[in-house]
Amino acid sequence: MSLFQTWLPYLLAGISVGGQYALIAIGYTMVYGILRLINFAHGDVFMAAGLIMVYLSTALPLWIAIPLTLALTVALGFLIERAAYKPLRSAPRMSVMISAIGVSYLIQNCALYFTGGLAKVYPPIPWISDTVEVFGAITKRVTLITPILSLFLVVALVLFIKKTKVGIAMRAVARDFEASQLMGIKINSVISATFVIGSLLAGVGSLLYFSNYASVTPTSGGMPGLKCFVAAVFGGIGSIPGAVIGAFIIGICENVIKGLGWTTFSDAFTFALLIVILLVKPTGLFGEKSTDKV
Amino acid sequence: MSETLLTIENLQVRYGGIEAVKGVSFDVHEGEIVTLIGANGAGKSSTLRSIAGLEKPSGGKITFRGDNLTGRDPTSIVKKGITLVPEGRRIFADLTVLENLKVGAYLRNDDISNDIQWVYELFPRLKERSWQLGGTLSGGEQQMLAVGRALMSRPKLMMMDEPSLGLAPLIVKDIFSIIKEINRQGVTILLIEQNANMALKTADTGYVMETGRITMSGTGAELLSNEGVKAAYLGN
Repeated sequence: MSLFQTWLPYLLAGISVGGQYALIAIGYTMVYGILRLINFAHGDVFMAAGLIMVYLSTALPLWIAIPLTLALTVALGFLIERAAYKPLRSAPRMSVMISAIGVSYLIQNCALYFTGGLAKVYPPIPWISDTVEVFGAITKRVTLITPILSLFLVVALVLFIKKTKVGIAMRAVARDFEASQLMGIKINSVISATFVIGSLLAGVGSLLYFSNYASVTPTSGGMPGLKCFVAAVFGGIGSIPGAVIGAFIIGICENVIKGLGWTTFSDAFTFALLIVILLVKPTGLFGEKSTDKV
Repeated sequence: MSETLLTIENLQVRYGGIEAVKGVSFDVHEGEIVTLIGANGAGKSSTLRSIAGLEKPSGGKITFRGDNLTGRDPTSIVKKGITLVPEGRRIFADLTVLENLKVGAYLRNDDISNDIQWVYELFPRLKERSWQLGGTLSGGEQQMLAVGRALMSRPKLMMMDEPSLGLAPLIVKDIFSIIKEINRQGVTILLIEQNANMALKTADTGYVMETGRITMSGTGAELLSNEGVKAAYLGN
């Protein structure tokens, strides 16, 4: 077997995981950009999307279950913001962060209650979950779809933020709440829109991720959530392209490390990377430009 | 006398236990340039901020063209045709000049290209820098952008909080001549200033604020020649 054929499965898996991480990491980076808040509940929204899909798919056909899962995930993200963050808009940032941690545990414990702590089997989605052969490597079709779908969504999102009125308003609010209000922008609507987009992408990410991993537990959101947070910090938190590139780098590195036979260290690598970034370049790859002028 | 555009009656603003504005009343007539002058902490900014809806007044009444605007949110106040150029300019540093202008027209759904042209005619410097990020502009250019951005909402009343702050005297002169030009084109102006000399020379009507109250009023020229104003604010 050639070197190419040995490494291809790991590379494919890396790119695929990277795409899933990217979809989740965007939620962290967008919310941070606008509220300066690390939304610790984001990983749990991702897990909740997985569980919602498990339960809905037992009762409904997939073509209803999938859109309904996405809709409920969006509703969850929206409700979290309204209930746990909006009332704290003028409170110190630390309070909002504690609130986020609280929401994270609340979701995990609700999930624990509903599932009884058992791993729930994720429904196979036909076509997406089928196995295919690429250059002699056996993989699920979702591995191939993920990076394409992720990049498509990322490009769409970047264009939305660059070109549309709401996108420009989002960037304005991220910069200055009060000046945005003076333009007539309703900042609460813009913040809600941010959570809606972040949750929608996390929902799509969860469909792709759990199709690959086959089971959901109440703590399933923890590790991917943390890694995507690292990806967002690595890319420069607040920057969308940064989060995407960070996610792909982390996804690929992890799988290459697994390929080298050091599976035990693949998670450790991610967090070692976080420490190195914080020491060497705390603003990340594309950290906020400081164009402030006094 | 022309029609009254804005009426402030017995306006009070509190921050916690501190009363920043203690019952201020004044009128702004259509087509005028009105200025509030006074030292730091006199309550000028608080007055403008509560008209713009950024602060909720603790008492009093704000009426604009017959509508009661007291305690309304900033969005509906911008819709009514009032805009505030905030202190320190507060342009969006990581939006381009053009995007800053577009955000200024956020609430409008009609064609804004004519108004962008209008702002570029008023401030040719902004046209040259249309694609530059707001944060890379000089202080004077940022002030021009803040004014242009405010004009994009097509206001009837433009309020300005210390437009001369931190700018070189020559640029301050430019800014005030443009304020006059904008006023000539039909926008009523309410501006507050510490640079009393420049403000009173430009204004039709002036009010002097001290520790939350209006202590003097008159035409710009009257206040300029008033001994008390001269001693306290004009430095001679």
